[in-house]
Amino acid sequence: MGFLATTGKYVLFLKRVFSRFEKRTVYLPKIIEEINILGISSIGFVAFVSVFVGAVVTLQVAYNMENPLLPTYLIGLASRDSIILEFSPTMISLILAGKIGSHIASSIGTMRVTEQIDALEVMGINSASYLVFPKICAAVFINPFLIILSIALGIVGGWLAGNLTGICPTEEFLIGLQYEFAPFTMFYAIIKTIIFAFIITTVCAFFGYHTKGGALEVGQASTKGVVYTSILIIIFNYLITNLLLS
Amino acid sequence: MIRVENINKSFGDKHVLNNLSAHFSAGKINLIIGKSGSGKTMAIKCMLGLHPIDSGSIIFNDRDFINISDRQRKEIRKEIGMVFQGSALFDSMNIQENVMFPLKMTKSMSVSDMKKRVDFCLNRVDLKNVHTLFPSELSGGMQKRVAIARAIVLNPKYLFCDEPNSGLDPVTSKVIDDLLKEITYEYGITTVINTHDMNSVIEIGDSIVFIQDGKKEWEGDKKSITTANNKYLNEFIAPSKSLRRFSG
Repeated sequence: MGFLATTGKYVLFLKRVFSRFEKRTVYLPKIIEEINILGISSIGFVAFVSVFVGAVVTLQVAYNMENPLLPTYLIGLASRDSIILEFSPTMISLILAGKIGSHIASSIGTMRVTEQIDALEVMGINSASYLVFPKICAAVFINPFLIILSIALGIVGGWLAGNLTGICPTEEFLIGLQYEFAPFTMFYAIIKTIIFAFIITTVCAFFGYHTKGGALEVGQASTKGVVYTSILIIIFNYLITNLLLS
Repeated sequence: MIRVENINKSFGDKHVLNNLSAHFSAGKINLIIGKSGSGKTMAIKCMLGLHPIDSGSIIFNDRDFINISDRQRKEIRKEIGMVFQGSALFDSMNIQENVMFPLKMTKSMSVSDMKKRVDFCLNRVDLKNVHTLFPSELSGGMQKRVAIARAIVLNPKYLFCDEPNSGLDPVTSKVIDDLLKEITYEYGITTVINTHDMNSVIEIGDSIVFIQDGKKEWEGDKKSITTANNKYLNEFIAPSKSLRRFSG
């Protein structure tokens, strides 16, 4: 019953977000601001994680390929596919759920408990649309770029690890990267990223928007937002993979 | 003028407002007084449509505020200014942006005209050289004055204030009371203020509604309040025995 009620409330919340828009001139600067807050400020973190996880993926693939009959370039190929198909779109989205999701839930939650959202409503502004719509637009726009960057840096990390440890020379790694590359995998990664960006922003905003109480409840809303977002990302990851790759 | 007729509001089994009726006149300071938890804030939030009421009617100058479309409600809300208990200034904006915000969202004015209007409102509440500061850099009293400036920036017909003196020292409270009084009389606004500050009641209460457990217990003005024959009101005015002896 609680689950159904929450789902219903979430759908009604989305209806409010996508209705009664304010003046168009209001949204553009807010979207640019959110791109900076949610996306640009995450570049360093995403780059750091991607390089190291890319390196670890390559080392693990090499560790599992002890058979001398298997060509070395398979290390590059397996690393590429792991990074494009799963690590970058899913794992980085999960990490972003923690970073930007908690930011969204806590900032909107704080606005709720300090009556800033009520102030918007009294001014005749659709607070849900004004606060959440720019965040959705920003994340759906910028997250694919973050994921593309993550894929590139993950592969660079893998190449560095393979080269520095001597388990996969540059030429072999490059052959692996190019071997039977299907551009559709990139499309799949971007589709997943866009859906995950929508989930991160709307679910966390939903929990922040419906915060009641004080600082403690803002923290709880933030935690709830991140947990539910992570669960939904895992479920949708399976559903999208089943739809697009099976 | 605002008319509230038989409004009821409950959360589950808890009745917060019980058949509350009141009349708030234009050009006067109308106070809603009562103990903490008596339903004052809920009454104001229901009047503003922030909480839907269970039954009853709310009329702004012969315009029903309940049975209307969102668009019509938005039009009425453009005529309303509100000062929240905690000021509710937007943390991410500086003072100029905070006061300019309602103009930006509802009017098609040039930036220079908006700046002029913001300057006028900040001067009106006696604040200078604060334009670039952020709310967290101001004292509680200054934040309240910025909130008043933001509330009057659209020339409202109705001004609501939820405990404008809470958390302020008596001197600053007096400054805020005087400011609200001046603005109300100067612009002929229908001002509705929630308070439990007896100084405000005596200083600015043109019309007073006393609420107890969500019900209207007494209605009158600052002259008649001290001679009122209502047990709850007398308790509220002079809660201790010594105070009651002192006030006769």
